[in-house]
Amino acid sequence: MQSNAAMEYDYSIVKLYMWTTVIFGIVGMLIGVIIASQLAWPQLNYWLGEYGTFSRLRPIHTNVVVYGFMISGIFVGFYYSAQRVLKVSMGESKLLMTLGYLQFFLYLIAASGLVISEGMGITTSKEYAQMEWPLDILIVVIWVLWGVIMFGLIGMRREKALYISMWYYVATFLGVAMLYLFNNMEVPTQLLSGGLGAWYHSVSMYAGTNDAMVQWWWGHNAVAFVFTVPIIALIYYFLPKESGQAVYSYKLSLLSFWGLMFIYLWAGGHHLLWSTVPDWVQTMASIFSVILILPSWGSAINMLLTMKGEWNQLTDNPLIKFMVLASTFYMLSTLEGPIQAVKSVNAIAHFTDWIPGHVHDGVLGWVAFMVFATLMHSAPRVFKREIYSKSLLEAQFWIQTVAVVLYFTSMWIAGITQGMMWRAVDEYGNLMYSFIDTVNVLHPYWVIRAVGGTLYFIGLLMFAWNFFMTATAGRKLETEPQFRSPMA
Amino acid sequence: MFHWLEKNPFFFAVGVFLTIAFAGAVTILPNFAQSAQPIKGLKPYTVLQLAGRGVYIKDNCLSCHSQLIRPFKAETDRYGQYSLSGEYAYDRPFLWGSRRIGPDLHRVGNYRTPDWHANHMWEPTSVVPGSVMPAYKHQFTNIADVETAYAEAVTVKTAFNVPYGDDIKPGRAAFDAYYKAKVLPAALKIAKQMKNKDLIAQVQAGKIPEVVALVAYLDRLK
Repeated sequence: MQSNAAMEYDYSIVKLYMWTTVIFGIVGMLIGVIIASQLAWPQLNYWLGEYGTFSRLRPIHTNVVVYGFMISGIFVGFYYSAQRVLKVSMGESKLLMTLGYLQFFLYLIAASGLVISEGMGITTSKEYAQMEWPLDILIVVIWVLWGVIMFGLIGMRREKALYISMWYYVATFLGVAMLYLFNNMEVPTQLLSGGLGAWYHSVSMYAGTNDAMVQWWWGHNAVAFVFTVPIIALIYYFLPKESGQAVYSYKLSLLSFWGLMFIYLWAGGHHLLWSTVPDWVQTMASIFSVILILPSWGSAINMLLTMKGEWNQLTDNPLIKFMVLASTFYMLSTLEGPIQAVKSVNAIAHFTDWIPGHVHDGVLGWVAFMVFATLMHSAPRVFKREIYSKSLLEAQFWIQTVAVVLYFTSMWIAGITQGMMWRAVDEYGNLMYSFIDTVNVLHPYWVIRAVGGTLYFIGLLMFAWNFFMTATAGRKLETEPQFRSPMA
Repeated sequence: MFHWLEKNPFFFAVGVFLTIAFAGAVTILPNFAQSAQPIKGLKPYTVLQLAGRGVYIKDNCLSCHSQLIRPFKAETDRYGQYSLSGEYAYDRPFLWGSRRIGPDLHRVGNYRTPDWHANHMWEPTSVVPGSVMPAYKHQFTNIADVETAYAEAVTVKTAFNVPYGDDIKPGRAAFDAYYKAKVLPAALKIAKQMKNKDLIAQVQAGKIPEVVALVAYLDRLK
């Protein structure tokens, strides 16, 4: 990994996605704070009529954060790093540039359409696949454009061998394409009914148990191919670049990549343990979820060992802090997930707050930290300016780390408490608690969670300010920094 | 081999695709036909119930309520018989949910009455003190989209052979006739059971508020 000062890369699309990352991050996490507070204080449900209830806002929170904040961040990382590892500039092809702009504007339309339709209650109801068929078609177009750009760049590349990050980008493209297409097979209802009813409405091609199987094959692997695979692509590029260290082991990255590809897709059924899907599917899902620890920890350990001999950077470079803690949270949540996928543990954990707790230690600790590091490492190279404030970045790191810990510890306790209370029986074998008892006991944990979320959001605002000032008012740089990002 | 793949992106992509497509094919396909079978005697949702299901989806009840009773004594004691695959054969989409902030609803029709639901949807804490559920008062004034529900019934009948009667057929005239003959009387019956004068008056005027359709659906969950 050498820097190539002679090459000039085109960052116009990177810049566009940087701003959507920040804006969608603020919107999505603000809604997250609101819905967390609604659980702790239910009277907060009534500030916007039917549009402000917890049930309407929750999917807007998940979708804006996943498809707004994260996907934008991933595209920042892709459009920035793919050019560099392939040694080819987007600017060399007018066609690719045009497609890039087109992809961005279609993405904006799709994202706004998603928020509006969710708010109006137009939804297929499937988690992370709530979009109705017109938006589905738009998303397929966006995704295909991304694929064309990716393979266009690969076709023009000067570096023959694909770097590890490219493996993961290719896998993201293919995985999401396959899963998304199959999960969103639906029949528009106007088609066969002689034009009756709402034009945007459709019914799923699958029913009941099959629908659940396909949905969680997608739902779990949206986690795989949006929260994990492309984020690994980011860390394989940005950690070595920021630290100036070579990736610790090529063989380990090979094992982790192909292992992850093969094993991840089996694990979807662990969302349906003890349900009506066939027992053997549940057992397979459970077993493969545990095996999944191997490739996940493979990547994480490979990243941590990349820092071997250079741990001093952890003390004085906040970007290294973000990335090392991200790998650590990746290890935590890929150990926690398999534990929850063990059938006996799942019997208690499923349907409780432990599940959103698990999701959030992954996304807040791993995904979002990597997105912050990606934006901040790229900013000095893209805007040719120094990072505005190191101390702000340090403060953000500590506030958000405390926030994540508050979040997941309170959710662990809440989840296990509720799971145990649901099954508690008295000396005669009767259920001990009515359902509402098991809800009211969660109040203190929901307050702590809301506080954690608020702290994280404050950290995000600090980041947004820092990023905005870097882009507009940071000290000008004469030459591109080779490794460590300069910061004031 | 891996070095070669990394220099040949096309074959690399093919290799990745085969590796990831494998598990889905092996786990989803073998039991697909069997899992689509309804249990004996299962009736498809009526158009009014489908409209209520639409309200359930629109207001996203599934973000807090599951419809899946797991085979544990603690669950069957609380909610009734554990769920069977064939009971879901007409559920497009499935509505199992993933979080129980509120209780499971798969058999809620067995132990809650329409007038309980009417009070509960208007003000949850009036029947469940301490409830964190928001009130859904807008469902008492919003009108249910019965036409889309009817279109859905026609679609699943035509595309997936769901056993609806001959009176479910495409076209506006067929819908209008069906609405007057079948949907309105069913809605009136539910509205009367909900013991809410305003709702009864609306149905008698030919409009079905969302909450009436929703309760028709919840009452069917048994």
